[in-house]
Amino acid sequence: MNMQQSITVRGKDRYKSGVMEYKRMGYWEPNYEPKDTDVIALFRVTPQDGVDPTEACAAVAGESSTATWTVVWTDRLTAAEKYRAKCYRVDPVLNSPGSYFAYIAYDLDLFEPGSISNLTASIIGNVFGFKPLKALRLEDMRLPTAYVKTFQGPATGIVVERERLDKFGRPLLGATVKPKLGLSGRNYGRVVYEALKGGLDFTKDDENINSQPFMHWRERFLYCMEAVNRAQAATGEIKGTYLNVTAATMEDMYERAEFAHELGSNIVMIDLVIGYTAIQSMAKWARRNNMILHLHRAGHSTYTRQRSHGVSFRVIAKWMRLAGVDHIHAGTVVGKLEGDPNTTRGYYDICREDFNPMQLEHGVFFDQNWASLNKLMPVASGGIHAGQMHQLLDLLGEDVVLQFGGGTIGHPRGIQAGATANRVALEAMILARNEGRDYVHEGPEILAKAAQTCTPLREALDVWKDVTFNYESTDAPDFVPTPSMAV
Amino acid sequence: MRVTQGCFSFLPDLTDEQIAAQVQYCLDKGWAVNIEFTDDPHPRNTYWDMWGLPMFDLRDAAGIMKELADCRRVYGDRYIRISGFDSSHGWESVRLSFIVNRPREEPGFRLDRQEAAGRNLHYSTHAYAAGRPEGERYSDH
Repeated sequence: MNMQQSITVRGKDRYKSGVMEYKRMGYWEPNYEPKDTDVIALFRVTPQDGVDPTEACAAVAGESSTATWTVVWTDRLTAAEKYRAKCYRVDPVLNSPGSYFAYIAYDLDLFEPGSISNLTASIIGNVFGFKPLKALRLEDMRLPTAYVKTFQGPATGIVVERERLDKFGRPLLGATVKPKLGLSGRNYGRVVYEALKGGLDFTKDDENINSQPFMHWRERFLYCMEAVNRAQAATGEIKGTYLNVTAATMEDMYERAEFAHELGSNIVMIDLVIGYTAIQSMAKWARRNNMILHLHRAGHSTYTRQRSHGVSFRVIAKWMRLAGVDHIHAGTVVGKLEGDPNTTRGYYDICREDFNPMQLEHGVFFDQNWASLNKLMPVASGGIHAGQMHQLLDLLGEDVVLQFGGGTIGHPRGIQAGATANRVALEAMILARNEGRDYVHEGPEILAKAAQTCTPLREALDVWKDVTFNYESTDAPDFVPTPSMAV
Repeated sequence: MRVTQGCFSFLPDLTDEQIAAQVQYCLDKGWAVNIEFTDDPHPRNTYWDMWGLPMFDLRDAAGIMKELADCRRVYGDRYIRISGFDSSHGWESVRLSFIVNRPREEPGFRLDRQEAAGRNLHYSTHAYAAGRPEGERYSDH
């Protein structure tokens, strides 16, 4: 129980003109018990030297809700106490002197239903540039069921995606076409055809493939769909390619998406940089048009990677599940891009589970009920190869798209061979796991055995056997093992 | 060609012992195991014919292996697949699906293209075998 007392000034003194500390204005309420319908945000607050931590945390609550720098009498025309965000708990961050976890509750009426743009304009709108803070990071959010239910959620969802693709029981396999810039439409389609025929389920445009002088978007779409249909006929299996419809305007994006639809594509792709409103528009378009919607998280590391400042990717993942995309890049752990194993596990749970229990060691600070919102398929992409299949399956599970770009196209005997190597490695590992084998430890053995009847896998294992990316993670969870009182 | 639908089509055909292990995996998860067959392998042919109802209450793979043997005796010239169905909330669909029997010859698919305006093409996939009536598609006459 919290032994601290509210120091909020009440009555008419509260509205005397002038400047008053945020913690006295009603933004610090240590005895407040969040309602089930409140949105809760957890910030990591690093005040400037000499700034009282409680005041800094109260200021974050104030500046992300109703406050301005001075008292205004017009507050009295509103139910001001309801609309004030309330910081109700402040904990020092373990092993990080000078930083504090601030728990802040927001009344549901502060937010427009079903709008990520509105939610984020409040929560991360002004407050990140607030001068009394050295740094500020949004670590996690608890989204109440009443609010979750105002969003469409993933247009397709993991289960229906699998039903449409007729692929069950194993991760899906993909590859990003490389080189990502410079190929003509005709050459680009060649890579798609080879990779899909060789055994991949999906190929993918990269984030910056839109419509450039070397390849305009119509050329790409036409040649890619020729490749998809050829590969489908050659294998009897459903195939797809993420056609990136990211463009300068909403009208351009709709035009490209409509063309993809007309050509029979089962999936289109957008980049995170198009913005939250555009993402929600495309999610609704995708639901209307039976289209899977892939999101490439282009740009996220500018604000997700540093522990002290920005927005954690787990929050972005939550927003994107609400916004309604079907695929999201969520880390590989073993590949070339940032990814602490426990933190990444937290992201994957947020994408795939119907209920996330609080799990501090995974960076998940709140129970989160998704209220049957569709599940979002995580995508693991960047510096992974067939030789890591046992680790990937162990760390990331079954409902994931494993994207081997270099690990397919860089195969010494060509793209089809690279694709086949990955598919055989994957199927062999699933077979062994289901048979009850200790596949994590016996992984290399299982792969070697499968390679006896699959030369492309043998060659892939030889080329990439020692490739790993072991660097210190910059974003591991700092958590307080037991709730503690502070300041 | 080799139709690569299902979870294990890139591996050599599974032995009965391997199939039984996968079936047991499904049963241990509490999934209902289903046997289905078809002679139309079109990638979007969703509804293969069911060999009886999904086996909701079976707990031992041996029972399913006996059903599979019976199914093969009748439809051994066709595709047969085994699937595990999970009825739990939030999934309520197939969890694992793999081919356990194939025709001796798999003639594959023809891809038809219908040219349309603006260099657009409309594609259509036909299983060569499906040109013949059901039941005669993979027999030798």
